[in-house]
Amino acid sequence: MKTLAELAAIKEATAGDLAIRTGGAQNSEEKHVLICGGTGCTSSGSPALREAMIEEINAVGLADKVKVVQTGCFGLCALGPIVIVYPEGTFYSRIELKDVKEIVDEHLLNGHIVKRLVYKETLKEDGTVSALNSTRFYAKQNRVALRNCGVIDPENINEYIAGDGYKALGKVLTEMKPQEVIDIILESGLRGRGGGGFPTGRKWQFAAAQPAGKKYVVCNADEGDPGAFMDRSILEGDPHAVFEAMAIAGYAIGADEGYIYVRAEYPIAVHRLQVALKQARENGMLGKDIFGTGFNFDIQLRLGAGAFVCGEETALLTSIEGNRGEPRPRPPFPAVKGLFGKPTIINNVETYANIPQIILKGAKWFTSMGTEKSKGTKVFALGGKIENTGLVEIPMGTTLREVVEEIGGGIPNGKKFKAAQTGGPSGGCIPADLIDTPIDYDNLISIGSMMGSGGLIVMDEDNCMVDIAKFFLEFTVDESCGKCTPCRVGVPKLLEILEKITSGNGELEDLDRLEELANYIKSASLCGLGQTAPNPILSTLRYFKDEYIAHIVDKKCPAGVCKNLMQYTIAPENCFGCGMCVRACPVGAITQTDLAPTKGKKSPYAIDASKCIKCGACISTCKFNAIYKA
Amino acid sequence: MLCRILDAQHIYKKFLRRFTSMKKKMTTVAFKGTKEQEAALDALIAELKGEEGALMRVLQGAQGIYGYLPIEVQKHIAVALDVSLSEVYGVSTFYSQFSLNPKGEVAIGVCLGTACYVKGSGDIINKVTEILGVKAGETSPDGRYSLEATRCIGACGLAPVLTINDEVYGRLTVADIKGILEKYM
Repeated sequence: MKTLAELAAIKEATAGDLAIRTGGAQNSEEKHVLICGGTGCTSSGSPALREAMIEEINAVGLADKVKVVQTGCFGLCALGPIVIVYPEGTFYSRIELKDVKEIVDEHLLNGHIVKRLVYKETLKEDGTVSALNSTRFYAKQNRVALRNCGVIDPENINEYIAGDGYKALGKVLTEMKPQEVIDIILESGLRGRGGGGFPTGRKWQFAAAQPAGKKYVVCNADEGDPGAFMDRSILEGDPHAVFEAMAIAGYAIGADEGYIYVRAEYPIAVHRLQVALKQARENGMLGKDIFGTGFNFDIQLRLGAGAFVCGEETALLTSIEGNRGEPRPRPPFPAVKGLFGKPTIINNVETYANIPQIILKGAKWFTSMGTEKSKGTKVFALGGKIENTGLVEIPMGTTLREVVEEIGGGIPNGKKFKAAQTGGPSGGCIPADLIDTPIDYDNLISIGSMMGSGGLIVMDEDNCMVDIAKFFLEFTVDESCGKCTPCRVGVPKLLEILEKITSGNGELEDLDRLEELANYIKSASLCGLGQTAPNPILSTLRYFKDEYIAHIVDKKCPAGVCKNLMQYTIAPENCFGCGMCVRACPVGAITQTDLAPTKGKKSPYAIDASKCIKCGACISTCKFNAIYKA
Repeated sequence: MLCRILDAQHIYKKFLRRFTSMKKKMTTVAFKGTKEQEAALDALIAELKGEEGALMRVLQGAQGIYGYLPIEVQKHIAVALDVSLSEVYGVSTFYSQFSLNPKGEVAIGVCLGTACYVKGSGDIINKVTEILGVKAGETSPDGRYSLEATRCIGACGLAPVLTINDEVYGRLTVADIKGILEKYM
């Protein structure tokens, strides 16, 4: 077991390492090579890169001067795998195995930056590199919940301690009363980052007010929204922050046991949690008599098994209990009657990640960021049609335009921004004319979307909004647990109407039916899944009604996505008559016409629309761009 | 009120389709469990029995041991944990990660998360089906290929993404698929 003095000694001993990476030791002889070990970069081969790097460094005899560190996510996933060399902070992007030797020989051995591999935006004209936080992607970000991601080695507890880790827990246990802890959280205005935005301090207050006895602290890490990976990145990059916050919460409400319910689809996050849990117990940060104060707290991991509804708090608790993850009616709220029938607080990963810093820096510091009713920062997972896909953390109140155009680097291929989707299957689409809306909980709700857990998917003119609504509805139909009727029966009905529209059989009355049924489902469903399932339809109907009408009246899909409304055509003037498309067509829908060929070409081909199955095989084989769909 | 929206014939067709697609199909592949696997399962059950919420963890462990959850194993778990088979089956069919079908030797997953979907993963999965003749959620009769439409695997920066066993292929176009699959043929 560690005492606070021992904690300070660890910090002292490791602080030098951290300083090299945070700009505190610019002239250090020692270099650190940071390689991202998040899921994105791992998928593009960072583990092999790390091994090759260590091998190469050993081969040239630099092993005692260069340290290779595996970190969590740097955020700029689009450019992965990412390698950063400190103390200079040189940011290398999309590194392949064959580049390793060049980086070691040129940069580590000879001190010359490998310009070819440096992230272009950081390369200055004189050949030196500028700081990462001067780039458009990082400049407007403020990393609070992500502060350790991409800085420390998540599998080394000492590096977490070096950055003031577990200091907040020490402070709480030795200097503060439980109520004082709750007061700070209340004062900070922190709201749940999982989607609903309920004030965290009030949740804690409710649970603390229950009679003493067995209570639980639960962490919701069942991040199910498609396209959202904020919580995963925090778990992969900074797992101890979550443990520390849960222990603080345990002290505040009088609980001695915590559960983290994490998606089984996140193998790296699960592994890091297991490693970190073991280290935290070995060091006495979890377990009995923490810091000699008599406070006991331990955490158990529970894996999900692929049910979206388990992200809903009561369904999650039912799942931890080992049952089908079906939600329960509220009240009673979990704070009164939760896990195994005991008072329970349940917060999301990102919410917890903010807490140790609120304790250390105070509520005033936290309220200095954000808008009137939404304090602090929010992490978003940027995805879809955007240059810089990745993870960003911005102060609340940043506009969508800043996120898309500046941080996100705009839309690829010169296409136009059409809409941004937030809140996943529970959220809605924000159209181009609302792009200047400052992002916070209340603004997003007033324009028909919601903050959600932080997925932000950008769409361009090639995306059909009716199809997007259909996509989300298919998802909720699949994921509905089946317990309550409005969701189990109503949402498939919504989907059927959408299918009718996208297959060209829609009528204008269908739009009224959609809206009417959507409102019934919203008001009558048992849990958040059903209550928000119609949102994708309601928000696209609100902002893109013309697209629905085009599908219904003109039988056309303006974006060219809905297959049944599309026709493939060969432009005779561009067709060389080569016959490639005929061989590609799986159903023999293409035949040669008897039109007179132009000079140097053969007779053009034509597609029989009644046979065509619209697979698109012909388009991808045609070398002359003679085939188009409309 | 709902009735007004119903169109009987239309609904019936859709109902049939949805019912058949939603239900988890039981496998037709014969169960080939070994003594070692059974011993491992019994050890796991002995460790967890009596703990609150043990059923999920036992099922997760069993799937790790057998690769899937054949009905024989579910029966064994029901008896050993002293719960009804319907309870076990209720949980194993509720969660999408529990598979009642063995995975193919070449297990292919195509991510249909939002980020991948808007970048065209729908076309990618159609292409795989076209080449292998295996639909999403199915295993080929010889047990060689299985295809799954997965939820977001979190590699959104590489969208659209396909996984084969543990390999990840990202930034795909439809034209890449044939070449990738040929490596496993």
